[in-house]
Amino acid sequence: MSHADERYYVPHDSHWPIVGSIGLLFLMVGVSTWLNGADLGFWVMMGGVAVIVTMMIGWFGAVIGESQGGLYNAQVDKSFRMGMFWFIFSEVMFFCAFFGALFYARNMSIPWLGGESNNFFTNLLLWNGYESAWPTNGPGEVGGDFETMGPFGLPLINTAILLTSSVTVTIAHHALIAGQRKILSTFLALTFLLGFIFVYLQAVEYIHAYQDLNLKLTSGIYGSTFFMLTGFHGMHVTIGAIMLFIIWLRVVKGHFTPQSHFGFEAVAWYWHFVDVVWVGLYVFVYWM
Amino acid sequence: MADHGPDKGIKRWLYTTNHKDIGTMYLIFSLVMFFIGGSMALVIRTELMQPGLQFVHPEFFNQMTTMHALIMVFGAVMPAFVGLANWMIPMMIGAPDMALPRMNNWSFWILPVAFGILLSTLFMPGGAPASGWTMYPPLVLQTGDAFPFLIFSVHLMGISSIMGAINIIVTILNMRAPDMWLLKMPMFVWTWLITAYLLIAVMPVLAGAVTMLLTDQFFGTSFFLAAGGGDPVMFQHIFWFFGHPEVYIMILPAFGVVSEIIPTFSRKPLFGHDSMVYAASCIAFLSFIVWAHHMFTVGMPLSGQLFFMFATMLIAVPTGVKIFNWIGTMWRGSLTFETPMLFALAFVFLFTIGGFSGVMLAMVPADIQYHDSYFVVAHFHYVLVPGSIFSLFAAAYYWLPKWTGHMYNETAGKLHFWLSTFFVNLTFFPMHFLGLAGMPRRIPDYSTQFADFNWMASVGAIGFGLSQLIFVYVLLTCKKGAKATDRVWEAPKGLEWTVPSPAPYHTFDTPPVKRVAQEAFE
Repeated sequence: MSHADERYYVPHDSHWPIVGSIGLLFLMVGVSTWLNGADLGFWVMMGGVAVIVTMMIGWFGAVIGESQGGLYNAQVDKSFRMGMFWFIFSEVMFFCAFFGALFYARNMSIPWLGGESNNFFTNLLLWNGYESAWPTNGPGEVGGDFETMGPFGLPLINTAILLTSSVTVTIAHHALIAGQRKILSTFLALTFLLGFIFVYLQAVEYIHAYQDLNLKLTSGIYGSTFFMLTGFHGMHVTIGAIMLFIIWLRVVKGHFTPQSHFGFEAVAWYWHFVDVVWVGLYVFVYWM
Repeated sequence: MADHGPDKGIKRWLYTTNHKDIGTMYLIFSLVMFFIGGSMALVIRTELMQPGLQFVHPEFFNQMTTMHALIMVFGAVMPAFVGLANWMIPMMIGAPDMALPRMNNWSFWILPVAFGILLSTLFMPGGAPASGWTMYPPLVLQTGDAFPFLIFSVHLMGISSIMGAINIIVTILNMRAPDMWLLKMPMFVWTWLITAYLLIAVMPVLAGAVTMLLTDQFFGTSFFLAAGGGDPVMFQHIFWFFGHPEVYIMILPAFGVVSEIIPTFSRKPLFGHDSMVYAASCIAFLSFIVWAHHMFTVGMPLSGQLFFMFATMLIAVPTGVKIFNWIGTMWRGSLTFETPMLFALAFVFLFTIGGFSGVMLAMVPADIQYHDSYFVVAHFHYVLVPGSIFSLFAAAYYWLPKWTGHMYNETAGKLHFWLSTFFVNLTFFPMHFLGLAGMPRRIPDYSTQFADFNWMASVGAIGFGLSQLIFVYVLLTCKKGAKATDRVWEAPKGLEWTVPSPAPYHTFDTPPVKRVAQEAFE
């Protein structure tokens, strides 16, 4: 459909962005003062979180209302799609920073601490006797002895869960296009349930790591990269599962048509993104 | 819908979804930040006017260098270009507004929060961050209470920039008038398309880097701790993977501005439009693979030094294409020298000086001599002040009549230009000699042999700072100027000149018909 013969759509003013900024102000000031040791900061932070959650409910609610009211044309739909695509790209780059840290530590800094390249004297004078290896918590053995999480067991089960959930969300998408609402809502529900099971199992894995393996965030560079990568991923899975749940509620309410369902697709893309990041994590963090 | 006008009073600015309102707020915000960051530069130059410690504590001096850089980079230059993008891109491509107008409002209103937090650190125990804007560990981890505020204000700046960039990229790709295909887009739009891509690619990497600083400080991770198997140098790699594209984020839109202005005042079309597009794309690509030239003295394998040296020198080729094309545009043109043209011409000359010193710094053996000296300070101020900032002034004078509907005071504009150009060179040119003679940067005291050049630089800086008040005068008196015509200049190209001055609140209700677009481009 060509948009050339339509009038442009420009949304009316909104107070939600400024509410969001105020929420961010409280969140950032709160968390900073809390980290500096003021207990009051925690409550300021939670106040900020509450304002931001209110803002998200209000803002998304307004957009959903306008969308259901038929205000949006094809051009607006395309803007939303492109916006979501570039947002996911920015998320990918965020994970790249942490994957970069992992690769740099494994291929550069740890061999150098062990004396490779032109670092013979670094090893001899600063870290005498340290032999580079992976996994490691460094020549200072920061955090003490630990065991690593093997690739089989829980991580493999979690891989199967996430890959399956990518399939179920695709089945739901095809059902949406074909107008089969029952299959749509069933498989969408299955998807977010799998997502929450993944988060639960990840929590079980963390408890196992902390209690049985002495593998902690403070376990040198291995613990740092392991928990930051899997932690940020787990956070994204949690957000994605919540989004899937909200989309499911909308499906139950009868939203989305075979022609127009940007909200559904955006969440599905996001879900595939956390899935792909997980595959990278599984290969480079757990397996290799 | 499209026929609604602005709200009354403060609500207009808080709730607005209008690209012109938001662009205006961005521009005013960046001007305020320009003066705050500039005052900090004057504190630095006042202290450095004579050898010995005169006015401020060394600790406060370090806070000033750090805050000056953070404010100028993230608070002045970047928001100013986003403001120009907001104002001009929808008009240039025939769109009614930005593609995602409410997010546009939010990406602006995050900035006052971010900089309010950053500026408040000046009054905290331990003072503002003093480790340099590059935030290298382990030094930055010695920051006092300001530390988490620094990290989170950087996060907020990143969120704002990413949302702004997503908006710009989507606007350009989705909101163009029907017959404006990509290679027909004005250069300012093109350079911003590439800049927005760079922003979305690297701002999250900066967010990741400062997040690692935060967890190293408060949660016991070992990213930058050698004892735990990490490496402080790793921070530098991640930071400069962001940092080098960042410097092109600050200069590519400037290239776009100059590519709009020089053709207008040469009365000729831009020479080699398509080659300009390819050159800008090459610069963007190369920006991702040159980052370690900021770190030659920190230690890296010889193969790394060679790769980053040659990759860096390659950038001179596409940049040379751009300089050549600007000169080619002026070749046998019918030139006049109104204020925007003067600033654009000074840009071409003075940015090139910064480019030359950049090639010198790219050579590893030479860089080992120049590193962390005033030569580096001279280099990046030449590309940023008579580079980015001059292009911003050029853009402001060029489009001010379109924004306000009135001509600015040409005499005051020319005075602003000549004083700025004189003083900017007086400030920064002697720094080349200081650096070559061995004066280190970021130190509040120096050997007496450097006294004369430092005195010159300080006089220049104070003169440059005072000259900027003329710009404020020009802005404040603009309303009294003569009514501007729709075209404003004699022979400008582009859709923005086909609409009235001042441009209506919503420029285009419907996509501009083919005839309009053709008229503007042939």
